[in-house]
Amino acid sequence: MRFAVIVFPGSNCDHDTYHVIKHILGEEAQFVWHRETSLSNYDVVVIPGGFAYGDYLRTGAIAALSPIMQAVKKFAAGGGLVLGVCNGFQILVEAGLLPGALVANQSLRFISRKIHLKPEDTGSSLTAGLKLDRIYTMPVAHQAGNYLIQAAELAQLEDNGQIAFRYATAGGKVSTGANPNGSVANIAGVLNREKNIMGMMPHPERASESVVGSVDGLEIFKSIAGQA
Amino acid sequence: MKALIYITPKDDILDPQGQTVGTALRNMGISHIDEVRIGKFVEMTLPKLNLKQAEKATTEACERLLVNPNIETYRFEIDEEA
Repeated sequence: MRFAVIVFPGSNCDHDTYHVIKHILGEEAQFVWHRETSLSNYDVVVIPGGFAYGDYLRTGAIAALSPIMQAVKKFAAGGGLVLGVCNGFQILVEAGLLPGALVANQSLRFISRKIHLKPEDTGSSLTAGLKLDRIYTMPVAHQAGNYLIQAAELAQLEDNGQIAFRYATAGGKVSTGANPNGSVANIAGVLNREKNIMGMMPHPERASESVVGSVDGLEIFKSIAGQA
Repeated sequence: MKALIYITPKDDILDPQGQTVGTALRNMGISHIDEVRIGKFVEMTLPKLNLKQAEKATTEACERLLVNPNIETYRFEIDEEA
């Protein structure tokens, strides 16, 4: 599969993502600068983490207006798979490709630590390779990962199986204590209605080699690549 | 002329920054402060437009970029003398 890794001014997880896709996952990967306007040569688009445009105005707000985002919209409308991680999730939300909003962590602190994820839906091409009875451990590193959505829209997400991941304990219990940032319903990742776009705050690319402490993130890339 | 734009978190959105500052102010002994909510202030310089044009441009700027309607609300004033 051919993966595009989008690069904005201020992206900082682009090289990690590229490395994991190309050298660990063993798929094709290319950087795509945000000024580009076409994604027709790719199967998957990854919007990596970082601080695109310095997070000016609101996280992801300016990046959402970059030329490449028109191409991402077209790519997604044609059924292409899109993954946004951390700042990439924030950009997808600001671009209107995913519902809800991401606001400052309840603690107002930057949080950089390991968390545990419980997958909630495996009915998408992005999550089909994950196991509902397994817990996936990987880091979060963000200032604005507090997911917020109106109650009526949240009910729709639940009904449509659009909640991809929730924060849980190591034992798999979804509890307030396991929620690092105050996200509503412990939400760590969501899918669009068509389930070809996924945004998540935790960093699977930082947990894809045993040398960094966890290989659970690689399972997400394997799932997307249909290797699982 | 200038557009003076006030952007604040919606009433039903928790504002932990405002809460923390509110607590600090009360802890400092400044009395009679109930609630603090913190938002953004944007000042935009406009060319000489009539009021209606200025309001239209400002509304468009707010709705298309400056404000995220999921979490924020806004109001603005046009200062024709500035």
